Amino acid sequence: MTFKGTAFKYGDNVDTDAIIPARYLNLYEPADLAAHCMEDIDIDFVSKVKTGDIIAANSNFGCGSSREHAPVAIKASGISCVIAKSFARIFFRNAINIGLPLLECAEAVDNIKAGDKVEVDLAAGKITNLSNGKSFTSKPYPEFMMQIVDAGGLVEYTKKKLAGSH
Amino acid sequence: MTLAEKILAAHCGKNKVSPGEFISVKTDFVLSNDITAPIAIKEFNRLGVAKVFDPKKIVMVPDHFCPNKDIQSAENAKMIRDFAHKHDLVYFEVGQMGIEHVILPEKGLVLPGEVIVGADSHTCTYGALGAFATGMGSTDIAVAMATGEIWMKVPTTIKFVFNGKLRKWVGGKDLILYIIGKIGVDGALYSAMELHGEAIDSLSMDGRFTMSNMAIEGGAKAGIFHADKKTRDYLKGRTTRKYTEYRSDPDAAYSQVIEYDAATIEPQVAFPHLPSNAKPISQVGNVAIDQVVIGSCTNGRLEDLRLAARILKGRKVDSRLRCIILPGSQRIYLDAMKEGLIETFIKAGAAVSTPTCGPCLGGHMGVLAAGEKCVSTTNRNFVGRMGHTKSEIYLANPAVAAASAILGRIANPEEVA
Repeated sequence: MTFKGTAFKYGDNVDTDAIIPARYLNLYEPADLAAHCMEDIDIDFVSKVKTGDIIAANSNFGCGSSREHAPVAIKASGISCVIAKSFARIFFRNAINIGLPLLECAEAVDNIKAGDKVEVDLAAGKITNLSNGKSFTSKPYPEFMMQIVDAGGLVEYTKKKLAGSH
Repeated sequence: MTLAEKILAAHCGKNKVSPGEFISVKTDFVLSNDITAPIAIKEFNRLGVAKVFDPKKIVMVPDHFCPNKDIQSAENAKMIRDFAHKHDLVYFEVGQMGIEHVILPEKGLVLPGEVIVGADSHTCTYGALGAFATGMGSTDIAVAMATGEIWMKVPTTIKFVFNGKLRKWVGGKDLILYIIGKIGVDGALYSAMELHGEAIDSLSMDGRFTMSNMAIEGGAKAGIFHADKKTRDYLKGRTTRKYTEYRSDPDAAYSQVIEYDAATIEPQVAFPHLPSNAKPISQVGNVAIDQVVIGSCTNGRLEDLRLAARILKGRKVDSRLRCIILPGSQRIYLDAMKEGLIETFIKAGAAVSTPTCGPCLGGHMGVLAAGEKCVSTTNRNFVGRMGHTKSEIYLANPAVAAASAILGRIANPEEVA
């Protein structure tokens, strides 16, 4: 799977209250959540984001609350994947579970500016900044997580497992 | 093995587990709330499973936007009520309801040695009992509700040791803010915190719940205490179920061992906009405030209310600010009433609310306007967490919060008591 899009760039500790403020947590439909994605730290995000675009952020992306609404909002906004130096634990598993690809790669983040055109080859973990020509390789997923990703998320993975055990 | 490793090994049918290993863990209790359960129910229905794995091991608590703050919240509360009744789950309606992480231990639903997963990041609270408890997302909880199992990566464990005795006005809140101030909001990422030392042993159960509760604010997967006499005394009369107390081995492998001298630690105040911006109270300076919130899954227990009442008794809340107090459960509310604490609060000019998470996440019952500053005993001070993005939250213990309510600025309890 290959993605190509424009990069949005954020700093350290982007928390889930910033990704989707709690005042919208009475909503749960993906499109409703996407309409408010990142609004407290980047009011222009929703109007600017296009399908395929990419978020690049520093350390501990997605820290704070366990709200799955956060990766759901990002995915539904059109973002194809998030590249960060590190991810908060619950956000990481939520993203894997719902099928939002995450790539951990500090060098790539340091070499991506807001507005750069970025291409990501997910299977190879290859990140190319088309604006400066530099390429990077992200840390591969552990094999177990790859099975969830390949199945299309935790629900599909579990369905297969349950079907197999009957 | 560490305490976390022992509990996880016992729940995946292995004699030994090691950090980094992926395991399928049997869950003893599965939690969600009015915010996270709607997605969990949606995903549960997608799984195509007719029944939950064990209705007595699954709870839904309508605590975040309940009593319903608006029509959409009412619809969500109705959705989880209907699902809970249909599947005969454990469920607490408004009137019996309290904040999830306050009532689960209070009602003896979570015990030492157990694995508890919840679609709420502060599920780690139950580590105070010597359980392995961790927050997850709604899809994880849907799978746990259906199968009674969930995948986990065995975390590394960081051992924290607090030597020495606690100073006056210093409690669990200050120790955990101190840790986060030292290690940062991702200092324990993917790790379990294991808490040790003289000061830790001296903490009450309520103080321990506060510490475990905020382990997530250091990025941790769990924050675990060893069960002791205080734990056993706490559980007396709350449960008849058998439980296992695990202990970490003397030769357990820790990724780090970090020691602090508790006697040097002052009450802590975490400045905006991260819990790691912790400062000792003596270095706070003059910060005028507009609101004080005392409550939440972090500091809404009886000991917290007693502490606040000790400061507020016979005094008045500054007339320019709102002081909002939220007992964490109906039982705590009743106990506080019997002890005269509620009367103290109302005479001091504080508003006392029914239990809810409300203001902590900017939901209702105390949302902040632009430019307003709030001293709060809650757990997060992120941008916009309690309301407007231009508002500010200062995290502190209940004594500091109560003293601040009287003086209209962030205050040391020593100044009033």
